[in-house]
Amino acid sequence: MEPGLENYLALSGILFAIGAVGVVYKRNAIGMFMCIELMLNAVNLSFVAFSRYYADVTGQLFVFMVMAVAACEAAVGLGIIIAFFRNRISVDVDDASILKH
Amino acid sequence: MVTTVLFFLLAGLAISCAGLTVYYRNPLYSALSLIGVFISLSVLYLTLAAPFIAITQILVYAGAIMVLVIFVIMLLNLDEEKPLNRLRHLYAIGGGLGLAMLAQAFFIFYAVLKTPKHVVDTESNVGSTMSIGTHMYTEYLLPVEIVGVMLLMAIIGAVMLVRKDTNASIEAAAEKETND
Amino acid sequence: MESVIKTAFPFIVYSVAILLAFQGVLMIVAYTVLGERKILGWIQGRIGPNRVGPWGVLQPFADLFKFILKEDIAPDKSTKVVFYMAPLVALTCALLPIVVYPFGPPIEDPIGWLVPYLPAIPFAGETNFVAWLAEQAKGMRLTIARLDVGVLYVLGITSVGVYGIALAGWSSNNKYSLMGGLRSSAQMISYELAMGASIIGVVMLAGSLDLHEIIWAQGHSTFKWYIVPQFVGFVVFLISAFAETNRVPFDLPEAETELVAGFHTEYSALKFALFFMAEYVNMFTVSVMVVTLFLGGWYIPGLTHIFEYGSIPYALVSHVGFLLKIFFFLFLYIWVRGTLPRFRFDQLMSFGWKFLLPVAIGNVIVTTIVVYFMNR
Repeated sequence: MEPGLENYLALSGILFAIGAVGVVYKRNAIGMFMCIELMLNAVNLSFVAFSRYYADVTGQLFVFMVMAVAACEAAVGLGIIIAFFRNRISVDVDDASILKH
Repeated sequence: MVTTVLFFLLAGLAISCAGLTVYYRNPLYSALSLIGVFISLSVLYLTLAAPFIAITQILVYAGAIMVLVIFVIMLLNLDEEKPLNRLRHLYAIGGGLGLAMLAQAFFIFYAVLKTPKHVVDTESNVGSTMSIGTHMYTEYLLPVEIVGVMLLMAIIGAVMLVRKDTNASIEAAAEKETND
Repeated sequence: MESVIKTAFPFIVYSVAILLAFQGVLMIVAYTVLGERKILGWIQGRIGPNRVGPWGVLQPFADLFKFILKEDIAPDKSTKVVFYMAPLVALTCALLPIVVYPFGPPIEDPIGWLVPYLPAIPFAGETNFVAWLAEQAKGMRLTIARLDVGVLYVLGITSVGVYGIALAGWSSNNKYSLMGGLRSSAQMISYELAMGASIIGVVMLAGSLDLHEIIWAQGHSTFKWYIVPQFVGFVVFLISAFAETNRVPFDLPEAETELVAGFHTEYSALKFALFFMAEYVNMFTVSVMVVTLFLGGWYIPGLTHIFEYGSIPYALVSHVGFLLKIFFFLFLYIWVRGTLPRFRFDQLMSFGWKFLLPVAIGNVIVTTIVVYFMNR
């Protein structure tokens, strides 16, 4: 017996919700970044589950696209975080308030 | 039977690790819990007969992206997050958002449960390297090329962002540190 | 009860196979350490360990007991959980690739020759249990698991191994350890790229990511071994393998003269032994990969003229040949350690990014063009 598609989708939804809460809750740029990765992974899980249950390879290919996007995001996002840290000695997103004044 | 038990074990592990990722204030602990999520998801992909995706998940997420994140955390020597003294209303917004999404997840659960069962084709070779490669370079060639260009742009962008052409920014940082 | 045993038989066989493979690899690793000390001794005009047992052959066990009996110390300011977790992560990630090692060729009928000599044992509905076993064991491969994505599996697991070192460096709360951990993660990320790119040529020629398929594609002729058409890939792979395993001349994460002992400065007793074992198991894994990808794995040229392919002696001799090829690369590691000085960190980085990676990518491009015109 295999677990049904709905189980995978529910897990994916729960992980996505946790990730979304994390993005709002975290004040730390790296923490927010990690929660975004978590959301992307939740989506990947539902792609792979659909691909399995409908015997279609498209889902798995789009997981690749998502992974490539995540890799780009890691490179550019961490670059931004390091540049921000150089200027502010902090990675707290509340300190990114120069445009407010 | 074995797959069901494995699924619930791994799902529990993934959810608890994801919760800990959000819960920990120390970014390094968050990152370690996130690696736990990635590894349990990778094993889930194996049970979904997608070995190639499972290994790529380990290679890309656990082996490259999170190593970079941990490298940056160690390099910047980040401390624990300060508990926030303002913006408390964000907790409420976050909780509301989370609840809405959970409701959505359970609606999907309900909807899929309602639809007729799909018979799983256990003989299909959908997850194999050969089938993924064939589809990637025939049917989905254009998206793959676009992803390639996007990766190139990301490399250039990252190099431009962290390039040190003057020492001005470092001096400014040092000045700020002495002023604090 | 009997049918339960019959169903569980594959699990029993797999457990025994896993036990044998892990035990074998760990014994080889223990004797690699002794061999390293002996050979380094000869290179440096010393004798090396010769006190425990004849010619010091029992030295690994003496070392093991010493590691076990020493006091287990954790620094006061360290992050205890991560500090204890790091060596476990390192060793686990080092041991996991053993599962896909291709130890030898398939054996067509491994225990069939035994059946006539044994009495027929009726068991679990079979009139002759040994005959049933022989039937099940036909076409047995000398490997634990045959994965469709074997090459990627090894690459992926070894890339996770960097956490052990990075976390050890961070959790020790010591500046030398932190520097070692940082250097190690930067170095492993950089050289993983060159390593991955150097493998692509082989994968393209073999048309598969399966280690057995890659060996099979290299055939019985020495000239088909991928070291000939992929010589550039071989050199790049070998150099990045030294960097991936943190060995001289790329041993900056534990450079004694500048960082005391790098990431394992604060580790003692069994925790240090785990790191030490992880390093040597990684050396073994990388040697297996070099042999499998570029030197025809267990193929020995001309062996089919002596033994029949698929027979037991053929498999045994091939297995020994496989191990001998691996020992050559383990010896190469030790030889290089006794010969070359250490790189400086900026030299290491520019060598990896500005020389190895472009060469590996150039190799991929040239191979692509050649494969394209060959297959037309």
